[in-house]
Amino acid sequence: MVTLPVIACHECDLLQRKIALPPRGRARCRRCRAILYRDYPPGSDRALACTIAALMLFLIANAYPIVGLEVQGNRQTASLYDAVRTLWVEGREDVALLVGFTAMLTPAIEISLLIYLLLPLKFNRVTENTVPILRFLQTVRPWSMTEVFVLGVLVAFVKLEHLARVEAGIALWAFGGLIPLLIIASASFDPEELWAKATG
Amino acid sequence: MGESDRLTKMAFTRTAGRLGLLSCHVCNRLTESAPEAHEGRCSRCGSHLRSRKPDSITRTWALLITGYLLFIPANLLPIMHTNSLFGVQSDTILSGVVYLWTSGSWYLAVIVFIASILIPSAKLVTLTVLVVSVQRCSTWDPLQRTNIYRVLESVGRWSMLDIFVVAMLVALVHLHTLTTIRAGAGAAAFGAVVVVTLLATMAFDPRLIWDPQRARHE
Ligand SMILES: [Zn+2]
Ligand SMILES: [Zn+2]
Repeated sequence: MVTLPVIACHECDLLQRKIALPPRGRARCRRCRAILYRDYPPGSDRALACTIAALMLFLIANAYPIVGLEVQGNRQTASLYDAVRTLWVEGREDVALLVGFTAMLTPAIEISLLIYLLLPLKFNRVTENTVPILRFLQTVRPWSMTEVFVLGVLVAFVKLEHLARVEAGIALWAFGGLIPLLIIASASFDPEELWAKATG
Repeated sequence: MGESDRLTKMAFTRTAGRLGLLSCHVCNRLTESAPEAHEGRCSRCGSHLRSRKPDSITRTWALLITGYLLFIPANLLPIMHTNSLFGVQSDTILSGVVYLWTSGSWYLAVIVFIASILIPSAKLVTLTVLVVSVQRCSTWDPLQRTNIYRVLESVGRWSMLDIFVVAMLVALVHLHTLTTIRAGAGAAAFGAVVVVTLLATMAFDPRLIWDPQRARHE
């Protein structure tokens, strides 16, 4: 029985037979409707292309100011790094670590590990340590909160408008572009292709 | 309809746990486990496998209780202090929402209220209900309960909103001669609530919701 292509649902443990899917189709669990697996267009470079674009936007998003503020001729700008540093310097190391971890470190890890896995795959090679890296990616992903951070910036933006003239910086647009890229990249990354090549 | 069809049909009304199979969360492969063993190694990728998340109920309870306790300082302590010519003003999460409401940004007030107050409190209560239902081996609509769990899993992260708002305000309105904003202890407590409730959701195993179902059909 077990030699059949059988899969267990991750959310209710029900055993189900794997069947061929129509292009871009997804298989849902018969009992709890969880997505069991999906069909990826073969040989697609979309995941790699999106991840590389995401890396470039991520670098811009971190290098440039997100918001600028003008009060009585004084101009002040803040990048994500400035926010983390200011919190740290003012004695709120706990909040600084949380912001640095969820808005900076985890997206950086997510993007760079995806490139590390996908780039060799393009040349039909499989990265060493694929298993620990995939497992690490699964652990890290829930903590990567770029989209929440962008909404937070927008709320801060409106709050400051009562106080002074506020301008959106280049990094805000870069962060905005990063959100769909990260979603597309992780949705078009087919781990099965990796497993097929890694285990022969 | 031969013997093999009948066997196949039987297999597909059963769960992996029932048949002594362990499912790999990294590569999806099923591995046969030793009899009565609830742990093993994946035959394809070598990952450590467990039949269910270990001590799921105990760990979820511990994190939930921590979350309830932290929820009090998170809401009572100020999340930020504003120093200006008019003195120091301290804001809690709720007073921040009220400020947004009265200053005319009611849509933002609603967003911040949902992310910072509604989601964390609803999450604590709903996850408690789910854990209790599993402990009592409830058979109440498992699909409904799984859907509730999925909602909890996807909305939890949005509670970080206020932490990011404070971080940006602190960075911008800083070292300013007239006005300075500093983060308060409430921000740390609130951040801890978000982290703890996220961990609690991860510690809970939704397969436990379906386990009593399986026993009834035998
Ligand atoms: Zn299922
Ligand atoms: Zn595996």
